[in-house]
Amino acid sequence: MKKTSKRGPREPGMTLIVKTITRLTVGLIFLYGVYIVVHGHLTPGGGFAGGLIIALSFIHLMLAFGKDLALKKFSKAAASIFESLGGILFLTIALLGFTGGYFFLNFIRKGRPFDLFSAGIIPLCNIAISLKVGAGLFAIFIALVFLQILKKEE
Amino acid sequence: MSIIPLFIAIPLGAAFLVSLFGRRIKILPDLLANLCTASLGILSLLSVGIVREHGMLVYKIGSWAPPVGISLVLDGLTCFMLVTVNIIAFFITLYSISYMARYTAKWKFYTLFLLMLAGMNGVIATGDIFNLYVFLEIAAIASYALVAFGIEHEELEASFKYAVMGTLASSFILLGIIFLYSYTSTLNMADMSNVLLAKGPGKIVGFVVPLFILGFGLKAAIMPFHAWLPDAHPSAPAPISAMLSGLLIKVLGIYALMRIFFNVLGVSQNTYFVLMILGVISMTLGAFLAIGQHDIKRMLAYSSVSQIGYIMLGIGIATPMAIAGALFHLFNHATFKSLLFLNSGAIEYSTGTRDLKKMGGLNSHMPVTGATSLIGSMSISGMPPLSGFWSKLIIILAAVQAEYYAMAAIAASVSIITLAYYLKLQKEAFFGTLGEGLEKVKEAPLTMKLAMIALAAICIAGGLLLLPQVFDLFINSAAKVLSAGNGYAKIVFGSIR
Repeated sequence: MKKTSKRGPREPGMTLIVKTITRLTVGLIFLYGVYIVVHGHLTPGGGFAGGLIIALSFIHLMLAFGKDLALKKFSKAAASIFESLGGILFLTIALLGFTGGYFFLNFIRKGRPFDLFSAGIIPLCNIAISLKVGAGLFAIFIALVFLQILKKEE
Repeated sequence: MSIIPLFIAIPLGAAFLVSLFGRRIKILPDLLANLCTASLGILSLLSVGIVREHGMLVYKIGSWAPPVGISLVLDGLTCFMLVTVNIIAFFITLYSISYMARYTAKWKFYTLFLLMLAGMNGVIATGDIFNLYVFLEIAAIASYALVAFGIEHEELEASFKYAVMGTLASSFILLGIIFLYSYTSTLNMADMSNVLLAKGPGKIVGFVVPLFILGFGLKAAIMPFHAWLPDAHPSAPAPISAMLSGLLIKVLGIYALMRIFFNVLGVSQNTYFVLMILGVISMTLGAFLAIGQHDIKRMLAYSSVSQIGYIMLGIGIATPMAIAGALFHLFNHATFKSLLFLNSGAIEYSTGTRDLKKMGGLNSHMPVTGATSLIGSMSISGMPPLSGFWSKLIIILAAVQAEYYAMAAIAASVSIITLAYYLKLQKEAFFGTLGEGLEKVKEAPLTMKLAMIALAAICIAGGLLLLPQVFDLFINSAAKVLSAGNGYAKIVFGSIR
């Protein structure tokens, strides 16, 4: 970036106001995503919605501070690994059902309804889905950002 | 009993493993993909024996009995399609070992390839109509990415066109499923068939049938909906062209259409007549369009449109013999069209061109490719005693038997046009004088040759499938499922244990 203002080289990202607000909120957004994931079997939401919110917290970071900082926290390779890991985890849970004789069998004790630790494999599936969706969405966003940069350099 | 979910679990697991470790361990993508498709091929052959023993198997996912849970169904038609898909997929992965070495990021290719295979196996094995839609989308989205794999301008354009048309098709299919669900309140195909029988088809089936013809017709590239295919199939790398033209359009288009029309909706004679007319149109026009092509892969793509027409004609006649003929032609077309696309890939690999005008006399330098391509060409044109002859013969005889004389005559004459453009391909590529700058051309590497020879052997031996014992076991048991129509539901609910 050759663009410079009077105050020297421009800092990446948005203004100080946005950065400060982001610093305060981004952790809360991330935690809210985690909450949605782990309560997926109790309240509306679940792996997909929660994974989306987790990805949004990183995208928020990227929008406010520029791509370098966000990629330092969660790199492209990490996104790719976590996405595959989510897929494998989900499949493993499904295959572990074979221990009880059926693909996708809910083989863990179900517990008491409306407890956090209940519903057998459903919370584990939600966690796997959140990894897959969150990392996948973030990877798509990275791809779009890099596409934009490549176009500018041409 | 529990092998049915493996058809989906194995390729999915392999796909994620390849994407996790494939970048670091260079040999892993080739090894894992070939192991995966080989084991799937063996499992699919085992499933033929299982079906012969038990008739039909219904697998309850998570032990939830249908119609509540999702079920996987293994019957004659399913195992016929599974054998077709997985055996050919194995030869295509074998071929990819050498061919894909030219591209970077082989692991990405195999990940997408295995995801597409998982989607196709899912479409075939599922007994739930929404599940069918989900797997159809998995296979379709993986194929959009695979068409764009070379990321040149032409490939991206073809992929975009394909993605738009494919998404349009998926929305029609989804809309049809939504209407059916609102009418029957169930998504299980067997249960849906029961409800439709009890409630009467009403007006909803009359509305859903055109939606499905549009949707699955687009996926199968029958004539008015074929425009994306001649761009998309040639742009992909050769193994993917073989996969798309040989298998994908059949599984997503024809298999899904057959399953829903015959076993779930039990559509009227008029609908079958429409399918037959569409089949004849795409058979004829596809063949005429193929004659004028100079790009070898484009010619093969138009030829696919034409051959899909034969299958549609067989389905449209809808007598047991015609259905058996259509299924037999589906199997044969899968083998020789994959073979021909692999041949075109070998030519491109060695000479660097796809233009027929720049080739010539390649037989002297590429004897294996030339010989296998000749077998494939003659088989697709219906030369006895190769496999294509027998399946076309059955379809034409069935048309005569059902007193569609005009259709039979058209089918026979289109076969002659097919012969004409394949002879043109043979003459311009493999016979005659050697083209300019082709003196140093070498034959394709070993694994590519092995895959082509194996597929050519299936083309030669394809006629043996007509032997009474094999025919009953493999093709007739599949045709019986379709001929049973709504009886499918009874058998599904009868075989839940």
